[in-house]
Amino acid sequence: MKRRDFLKGCLMCSAAAAVGTSGKAQAAGSFEGYPDAMGVLVDLTRCVGCRSCEAACNKEQKLPEPDVPFDDTSVFEDKRRPTERALTVVNRYETGGSEPVYRKIQCNHCNEPACLTSCFVNAYTKTKEGAVIYNPKICVGCRNCMIACPFNVPGYSYSSAFNPVVKKCIFCYDTRLKNGKPPACVESCPQEVMTFGKRADLVKLGHERIRETPSRYYDKIYGEKEVGGTGWLYLSSVPFDKVGFDTTLQNEPIISNVKDFLSMVPMVLAIWPALFSGIHLLSTKNKDGHDDHDDSHNGTGGH
Amino acid sequence: MKRYLKEKGNSVEVVDALHRNSDGRKWTIMEKLLLGLTPREYLQQALKNPVNWIFAVIFAIGVPIMIGRFIFGLSWVTHSSCDYPWGLFLGFGLFAMVPLSSSGFQLGTACEVFGRHDLEPIERLALLNGLLGYFFAVCFLLFDLGQPWRLPYPMVVAFGPAAVLFLVAWHVATYLSVQIAEVATGFFEWMGWPAGKKAIRKITLGLTVSGIILSTLHQGALGALFTYAPGKVHPLWYSASFQWLHFFVSSIPGGLCMVIVVSTIAAKTMAWRFDDRFKTNLDKLTISLAKGATMGLATYLTIKLIGVAHDNKWEYIATGWGAWYATEILLGVIAPMAIFAFAIKNNKVGLVRFGAWLTVIGVVLNRVNTAMITFNWKLPEREIPHWREAVIAITLYSVYIVVYRFILYRLPIFYKWKTVEVPVEATEGIREHARSLSEEMIPESVCAKEDIAVSARQLSGAESAH
Ligand code: SF4
Ligand code: SF4
Repeated sequence: MKRRDFLKGCLMCSAAAAVGTSGKAQAAGSFEGYPDAMGVLVDLTRCVGCRSCEAACNKEQKLPEPDVPFDDTSVFEDKRRPTERALTVVNRYETGGSEPVYRKIQCNHCNEPACLTSCFVNAYTKTKEGAVIYNPKICVGCRNCMIACPFNVPGYSYSSAFNPVVKKCIFCYDTRLKNGKPPACVESCPQEVMTFGKRADLVKLGHERIRETPSRYYDKIYGEKEVGGTGWLYLSSVPFDKVGFDTTLQNEPIISNVKDFLSMVPMVLAIWPALFSGIHLLSTKNKDGHDDHDDSHNGTGGH
Repeated sequence: MKRYLKEKGNSVEVVDALHRNSDGRKWTIMEKLLLGLTPREYLQQALKNPVNWIFAVIFAIGVPIMIGRFIFGLSWVTHSSCDYPWGLFLGFGLFAMVPLSSSGFQLGTACEVFGRHDLEPIERLALLNGLLGYFFAVCFLLFDLGQPWRLPYPMVVAFGPAAVLFLVAWHVATYLSVQIAEVATGFFEWMGWPAGKKAIRKITLGLTVSGIILSTLHQGALGALFTYAPGKVHPLWYSASFQWLHFFVSSIPGGLCMVIVVSTIAAKTMAWRFDDRFKTNLDKLTISLAKGATMGLATYLTIKLIGVAHDNKWEYIATGWGAWYATEILLGVIAPMAIFAFAIKNNKVGLVRFGAWLTVIGVVLNRVNTAMITFNWKLPEREIPHWREAVIAITLYSVYIVVYRFILYRLPIFYKWKTVEVPVEATEGIREHARSLSEEMIPESVCAKEDIAVSARQLSGAESAH
């Protein structure tokens, strides 16, 4: 290869790098969530473990019949997690108090979702209403989003051979949220465990409740800061790690962990070509400017 | 193979030139494929080889299960679950295969960019090792993806450019094509298509530099993938700021040692395919590669320790996980480093090869640890791979070995393809040249090379006229 052509190629390469990666750098910025995003405040002190929300979700999302009926409390023997057959589950925790604490789990609809930022085909969308929804038509099934979700939420329909998809709570986006209605589980709850509203208002409401009856609540709203904040927020009477929450999560969105690497990408793209062509020039300079690869495998030269 | 037939008193020409030595006729494609044997002889020697029988058994069991994977779905072959989305296919197949295939860009860089022409005899093996490793990593991926037929989606349908995986996908795809081009020169020689080879020679430097760029980025990107899961990977294997660097740097000794391992196996099983240049240089080359690997290992060890120190994770060392971590480092990094240091100094090639094995095992262990064993370390249950998953992994590795061997037997990887040992109608002067050339295989000086180029051009002119 002619050296001149090569250097020209390098220049083009770097230019492409600069253009192509500026978007990435921006995407790695921090996003506080949409101002009017909705959310749900879950007050664990009110939950009695009736599993109505599970039943409502099952019906609304047209999920398959559960193995154990929704009024059977034997499911509390195990700690369950959301799967492709149950987008929300309630678990029971014996915390030493007189009453057990029940906790509902579903997608927390993060402000800056790890599932979204890790997906290489952009199958996830954070809608302006605050829901994190998923497009099964383009999902490749790499399951990177499941690796990335800090709350272990997305489930996968492994048993489907031809159209396996990620299944997780979508805030009843298509059927309800879009029309300004709360999700099915919120509506179904007989104990009014869940309060639907603007996330910003819910944060205020949560802090108010804690202030009004400090004896009832542990002084923290889970989800206010975790991984950049989540749309679903929790109040509890006991420290959150006692009821299965991961309290070691960072307050930064997950994507900031990757920023270091992403910001290095344009550097490599820009610097390497120049660096290595420079080295090539240096290490071959004494060879009289000839294109001096030994055509070693060539037997006796260019054929 | 050749040796086997020789033993039977049946001397056979090995295909290593355009024309047969005996009668000057061109080899047919069939003869090239059958290594110059008749179909009968070929079959005979294949059946004689016990390794082939083992492969036959593996394929008989594995291939139906592979097909079953696409009919019955992932849950039929894996224990992958909602908590452990990645099992053997990615944890062992992809994440282990990719660092072991970094040899292509390294030797490419050394030879083409740094002008280390002494490494050239082994350059092609390194390039081939890179190409096959990447190719089979993608095969593993195809088995693992829920909807493998959508593999091109991130290239053509929907873009998620902020995702690290998006980089991985693009870089692996482009790098695969770079590697195909690099390996193609050997293929063109073998097929006798000089035009294709010439075209690639022209862009070699460009290919090599894009190779360095793409490799740095996606070797690192594979590590960066795990920074999406802080808290899931055990802190000793996780480092938010250095994860990509750990993966990138360990891929350097990984790739170099893989080349040593492959050449060791080849020396045991297919020495008949080596030409003198490769045979006489192999020990020296092995030592050179090991020197590179030692540097890589030393760097890797340093940044690994910096990783632990930076986030102050020393307390974990005293736990069970810490013991496992220490095992990985001792066995896969410190031991080979010590072995290399001693063996290089005393010129003990056998020991170097042993160290190379250890390094390869160490790199694989690191990837499996990160992606599978220490993943979700806080959860009470570990995922044990399904037996069908293991069978598919073994089968795919066997296919890899068979393809590897198939190519090594045929293409000019271990030997130089001879192009001008043909009786041609040419002037006496050129004949003189050709004769002097075949005696001196490796041209020493540039000016000799120029002569060769001239004479070769004349020769090929003469040949086509002929
Ligand atoms: S909880 Fe998990 S699945 Fe839900 S938005 Fe956040 S990262 Fe995505
Ligand atoms: S499994 Fe689907 S949605 Fe999840 S990261 Fe992969 S392509 Fe995106």
